[in-house]
Amino acid sequence: MLSIKNLHVSIEDKPILNGLNLEIGTGEVHAIMGPNGSGKSTLSYVLSGREGYEVTEGQILYEGEDLLELETEERAHKGIFLAMQYPVELPGVNNMVFLKESLNAIRRARGEEELDSVKFMQLVKEKAKMVKLDEKLLKRSVNAGFSGGEKKRNEILQMALLEPKLALLDETDSGLDIDALRIVAEGVNALRSPERSVVLVTHYQRLLDYIQPDHVHVLSEGRIVRSGGKELAHELEEKGYSWLKEGAAA
Amino acid sequence: MTATPNTVDELIDRGYEHGFITDIESDTFPPGLNEDVIRALSAKKNEPEWMLEWRLKAYRHWLTLEQPSWAHLNYPPIDYQSISYYSAPKKAGDGPQSLDEVDPELIDTYNKLGIPLEEQMALAGVAVDAVFDSVSVATTFREKLSEAGVIFCSMSEAVQDYPELVRQYLGSVVPHTDNFFACMNAAVFSDGTFVYIPKGVRCPMELSTYFRINEANTGQFERTLVVAEEASYVSYLEGCTAPMRDENQLHAAVVELVAMDDAKIKYSTVQNWYPGNAEGKGGIYNFVTKRGDCRGERSHISWTQVETGSAITWKYPSCILRGDDSTGEFYSVAVARGRQQADTGTKMIHLGRNTKSTIVSKGISAGHGQNAYRGLVRMTPKAENARNHTQCDSLLIGDTSGAHTYPYIEVRNPTAKMEHEATTSKISEDQLFYCRQRGLTEEDAVSMIVNGFCKEVFNELPMEFAVEAQKLLNVTLEGAVG
Ligand SMILES: Nc1ncnc2c1ncn2[C@@H]1O[C@H](COP(=O)(O)OP(=O)(O)OP(=O)(O)O)[C@@H](O)[C@H]1O
Ligand SMILES: [Mg+2]
Repeated sequence: MLSIKNLHVSIEDKPILNGLNLEIGTGEVHAIMGPNGSGKSTLSYVLSGREGYEVTEGQILYEGEDLLELETEERAHKGIFLAMQYPVELPGVNNMVFLKESLNAIRRARGEEELDSVKFMQLVKEKAKMVKLDEKLLKRSVNAGFSGGEKKRNEILQMALLEPKLALLDETDSGLDIDALRIVAEGVNALRSPERSVVLVTHYQRLLDYIQPDHVHVLSEGRIVRSGGKELAHELEEKGYSWLKEGAAA
Repeated sequence: MTATPNTVDELIDRGYEHGFITDIESDTFPPGLNEDVIRALSAKKNEPEWMLEWRLKAYRHWLTLEQPSWAHLNYPPIDYQSISYYSAPKKAGDGPQSLDEVDPELIDTYNKLGIPLEEQMALAGVAVDAVFDSVSVATTFREKLSEAGVIFCSMSEAVQDYPELVRQYLGSVVPHTDNFFACMNAAVFSDGTFVYIPKGVRCPMELSTYFRINEANTGQFERTLVVAEEASYVSYLEGCTAPMRDENQLHAAVVELVAMDDAKIKYSTVQNWYPGNAEGKGGIYNFVTKRGDCRGERSHISWTQVETGSAITWKYPSCILRGDDSTGEFYSVAVARGRQQADTGTKMIHLGRNTKSTIVSKGISAGHGQNAYRGLVRMTPKAENARNHTQCDSLLIGDTSGAHTYPYIEVRNPTAKMEHEATTSKISEDQLFYCRQRGLTEEDAVSMIVNGFCKEVFNELPMEFAVEAQKLLNVTLEGAVG
């Protein structure tokens, strides 16, 4: 599904990612952990096509295609979804309208028929129920004045609705209460299928109790410094990251 | 609303305007302004003596005035002696000969708005020979109105046919002494619209200038007068979403509204005059004085405007809340992009008791556009329990645009209540990325955010107008980012 080779990325000439390699197979769930500032969000932005991130070296293939050649929205059309660490507020833009525009833009791009209002409403209500998002939030402006947890849940609702092939969740679990955490996990698990892949950026082992990852990676100073199975997450929980850094330096 | 076939008639079929047929072939006055010009103009229009005297009085006053310089606008001085103050409707051969001679960007906009070719030609001022059949539409329309007792005609006609009414109300809201441009308008106004709704009548349809067959070429100094008698109601739509080109750069219109006891006037404008080319050349200067007088108790005047055109807009639709318990409203969306400059806002003058006003202003600036909101709320000593709510929001697109807010508040009554909210926001890179990540193009994202921003104002427009205004805004702001 996704193949990242020797990726170097700079922001304003400052190198952030320094030779990152990562292979994500179809149907797999990968967790990426790592200290603050190590480049996890940067990676998810580069994958989703945010401007201002300069790829100075390396290659990213998505389903065999050069990902870096694609516009941000084209990547979305092709099934890449990013649940943002800090979801953006769109004051004045009705959440329901936003969801509909988004879904239909993607359907259009794929040559599928747009959903009419009735069908859309049914779908969105069903998904909102699934992620236990208060329907009142659908009528409000996108994320405007939402609590931290509500914003995250809204991201999961979007994910459930858009059914991406490659979902990137950047710390979606941060700032969630226990119930919300479970809901997010259920949302991801429901999406899990042999055709879809998920990348979870997280700081906490807790989420991984609910979503069993196939692989866990540690990102440090712009590089994957350790990869392993889900037991690696437990180890990190116990020991922190310093032993890895020392190991990397040695 | 895009131009309907009726609009085209208005632009082409000047022959229907009664009393004007013989003048159609006549010349244009040489440039220049003096008393003789005004006399000649009045004579051309076959006006009664009092009308001429009214014009002359205004002209003499105008000579003592100086062009205002306080608005946040930048424009070269206007040479009033270089303007021709009477010009017969355009004939074939005057304007561009074909659409090839018209600013391609304008044509592009027409296409995006889905305006048929013939209408495009008419709007762009290209001579068209085609004859459109909408006389019957206009006739049915007139019949329906006259059954209800509603008068809806050109100002020239009104001066001839309803001189008492015109004499009673003309200048009663905007006196010739009001300001430089209003004074000039009083002296030289070319034509305009007169609306009279009798007591207790609810006007059976939205009045729109499109449907007025004799609307053609009211020109640069337009004058509109709407009188709503006791307990009557009228909704008036002015303008057109299609960008209108005009040879005349200076437009100085006056609109007067009078609402008696329990009457309501809803006045909606979509203004999309030619803003000029990329450097701002050739755009219209739009200096308008619009004022409503809530003369009666419980009367209600509501202004809604969507301003996207003109190189320069200088416009403050206002309400004088004279009657007790009267209500004034102002809902505005003003766009300034490219080199456009807009200085617009409102005045709410609270004279009566329990008077209420609402101001919702949404300013959008893109490119090098400069948008200023200028609003006055005045609570006079007699205005017991007067209330105002003002909400003034600015949206910036890009780094080179500007938004300015000048609220003037005068409260001379301790029982008055005022609320003022103001926000400035920018369409951020974050927001655009977020939308694009969800599959929307940048343009879709901008239009969604802008429409969300303007929603409160669009909600005030008649349904059909609102849809068109939304479309217009999207076209206007296309390519504003990036
Ligand atoms: N726009 C920017 N300009 C300059 N530096 C930036 C910018 N964005 C990110 N960085 C830097 O890049 C580095 C990696 O940031 P990133 O957000 O990817 O870290 P992260 O691993 O997601 O951290 P966290 O766990 O705190 O979310 C940090 O040092 C950060 O300061
Ligand atoms: Mg991060």
